[in-house]
Amino acid sequence: MTTSAADKAAPLVALTDARMQFGAVRALDGVSLEIRAGECLGLVGHNGAGKSTLVNVVNAGLTPTGGSVSFPASGAPSARGAGVRSVFQELSLCPNLTVAENLKIAHEGLKGLRWRGAARAEIRESLDRVFPGHGIDADAEVDTLSIAQRQMVEIAIGFAPRGQAAQLVILDEPTSSLDGGIAQQLLTHVRRFCEAGGAVIFISHMLGEIFEVASRVIVMKDGKVVADRPAGEFTRKGLVDAMGHVAPEGTGAAAAERRIGVEVVRTPEGLTAREGEIVGLSGLAGHGQAEALARLYLDTASAWRRPGAARMVFVAGDRGRDGVLPLWSILRNVSVSILPEIARRGLLDRTREAAVAKDWKRRIGIRTDDVANPILSLSGGNQQKVLFARALASAAPVVVMDDPMRGVDVGTKQDVYAMIRAEAAKGRTFLWYSTETEEVRQCDRVFVFRDGAISAELTGADITEERILEASFEMQDAG
Amino acid sequence: MNFLARHRIVLPIVSLAVLLAATFWMQPRAMSYFGVNLLFNLAVPIALATIAQMLIIMVNDIDLSTGAFVSLAACVTATLLNDAPLFGALVLAGLVLAYAVLGAVIHALALPAIVVTLGMSFVWGGLALVLLPSPGGASPGWIRTLMTVKPPLVPMAVVAAILIAAVTHLLVIRSGIGTMLRGVGGNARAVARSGGSVMRLKALAYGLAGLFNVLAGMALVGLTTSADANIALRYTLLSIAGVILGGGEFTGGKVSPTGAVIGALTLTLAASFLSFLRLSPDWQIGAQGAILILVLTARLLFTRRSGPA
Repeated sequence: MTTSAADKAAPLVALTDARMQFGAVRALDGVSLEIRAGECLGLVGHNGAGKSTLVNVVNAGLTPTGGSVSFPASGAPSARGAGVRSVFQELSLCPNLTVAENLKIAHEGLKGLRWRGAARAEIRESLDRVFPGHGIDADAEVDTLSIAQRQMVEIAIGFAPRGQAAQLVILDEPTSSLDGGIAQQLLTHVRRFCEAGGAVIFISHMLGEIFEVASRVIVMKDGKVVADRPAGEFTRKGLVDAMGHVAPEGTGAAAAERRIGVEVVRTPEGLTAREGEIVGLSGLAGHGQAEALARLYLDTASAWRRPGAARMVFVAGDRGRDGVLPLWSILRNVSVSILPEIARRGLLDRTREAAVAKDWKRRIGIRTDDVANPILSLSGGNQQKVLFARALASAAPVVVMDDPMRGVDVGTKQDVYAMIRAEAAKGRTFLWYSTETEEVRQCDRVFVFRDGAISAELTGADITEERILEASFEMQDAG
Repeated sequence: MNFLARHRIVLPIVSLAVLLAATFWMQPRAMSYFGVNLLFNLAVPIALATIAQMLIIMVNDIDLSTGAFVSLAACVTATLLNDAPLFGALVLAGLVLAYAVLGAVIHALALPAIVVTLGMSFVWGGLALVLLPSPGGASPGWIRTLMTVKPPLVPMAVVAAILIAAVTHLLVIRSGIGTMLRGVGGNARAVARSGGSVMRLKALAYGLAGLFNVLAGMALVGLTTSADANIALRYTLLSIAGVILGGGEFTGGKVSPTGAVIGALTLTLAASFLSFLRLSPDWQIGAQGAILILVLTARLLFTRRSGPA
């Protein structure tokens, strides 16, 4: 009912050809967008489509490398002055402070001796408005609250007046840890908020929720807006199609010439893998894939006494945190996984160690003139090759890979794909978590994760971006 | 969450009470105005230094220069402040400012505080030696008077401890700026996202820590009447132990000023208690460590049993 009026009003936020470049990656590739009062904008897209970057450009968390962001309705120079609020996907409360104190962190205007009472009243009022019957104590420390309660507090802070009414609230996966009833309360509030002249950007992988609240839906892919239409003009199927690749690509890895053996891995959540098989873990980032792999790996590898040779090796995606030993040479970084095998009576056999490292330098193509160079002298992609070499050099029959291609260039990727296929043909099993469809296509079988559980198992020709997206997004109605 | 996890202050209070009871039982004569003052008057500078350490730990850093810095402050107090009060006061103010700058630099360059403060401890120690190559100097009269004042009913040490606890509680827990400072320790990104300047807040935390360290140095000179470049070296570890003993955590901005003061009192009392036990001085440091481990173990057992959900 406010649409006709909203069309004439100046937009709250206007992006003109906004571009954002991170190194070689174009996270945002010329996005023009206007958001007006009374609108609820649903924002969907696959991982890395640029949703978060777009949000961060709107809320001034990032300054675009090209194009402009302005706030015509308020004329304010900054997102803050224009009443733009963000509720982030990862929780951004201070866990050591109380609920009311967290409001104070977000609200500079609370000053004077009586700030505590004012903060308490304001957060209580906001919580009551969004989540009636919430049962959250304004004086409770945040780390005593459940995850859902924390998310509720964060949302309530987003909608709280804080000295100047919120004009545009950005909700990034706001219902990811809320149960159905509470999520419904939020959706109701979002609708009410928009009817009263506010605007909301709503990001969710629950398509049902998008259809329930959004008045307009924007689909992003590869840093571009590929569709921007009123919500009524989309169907669920159409939305998923718009998110995926348009052109069909070749089929998955050629599994035909490989002999798949007996089952070697089975986890309680239903993840299985057979000898010689490349098993993919897919779905939206952060839906429990990395955790499932870590659990699987740590359960077998971190026992007090390791019985005999390792059964599994791990290839880290977060090189800095989980993979590289930064002070060591390339040689030592490769050989660390095989030290027990190449030791003689507890002492290291340096000649064999050097031979193994040299062999792998040649086989996997590590670009260095001397494996004694420090590992940090290599580029990111080559460091990743060293981590692959470390894993493949060991005799372990199962290789667990946690998104191992992050920051790896295309050429290296092709080398590694070939290497993985060759090793699988020799009877090794690979468990491969990846957020990129191209990599998932290399797999024989793919488990799609959603909300920490397996939502689909795809094999062979079924491994398509479309099927993965379907399984990644909730297709039922919310609530 | 059980009772002790919710009320972190209970365990420090109980520790102090138990130790105090044991001391009085060993040495009933300590249970007097004069005795209590003797037991606790050296705790006043330690309590101030512990508060300073707490302010640094509150923003997820640690200060290894406390001991050297308090020694330097004591040397300045015993020489410059005594001989030329105005110039001395300016130097002390400069030291506080230096701490604030240090905090800003540590944040701006993302340097590890542990390394920077360790390095600075040699700078402070060197300056103290330049100022006072051999023990000496004299306490300004007014500080001496302040530290030896005899209030009615309750000895100075206890009044001072309560005063320090009350003031810092208001500053750190109750005030708006104190809440922002604790927020930096809890989730600096959240503070930055909502528009706060983390650098300014860190500089403030370090500046306040510098102020409390200077006060610790002045109080120490008031008690000892002279200074020496190594007078407070053990304060570094005492202050860290005091913060943790008082229910603070190394990370996450979880600190308690009242607890820190109680922690400082407990540590001071532990030394006296061991003397009363007629324990050979050779064993005292070790025994003090044992008491510390005992209390921390108790805290772990009581608070971690019901870990976070």
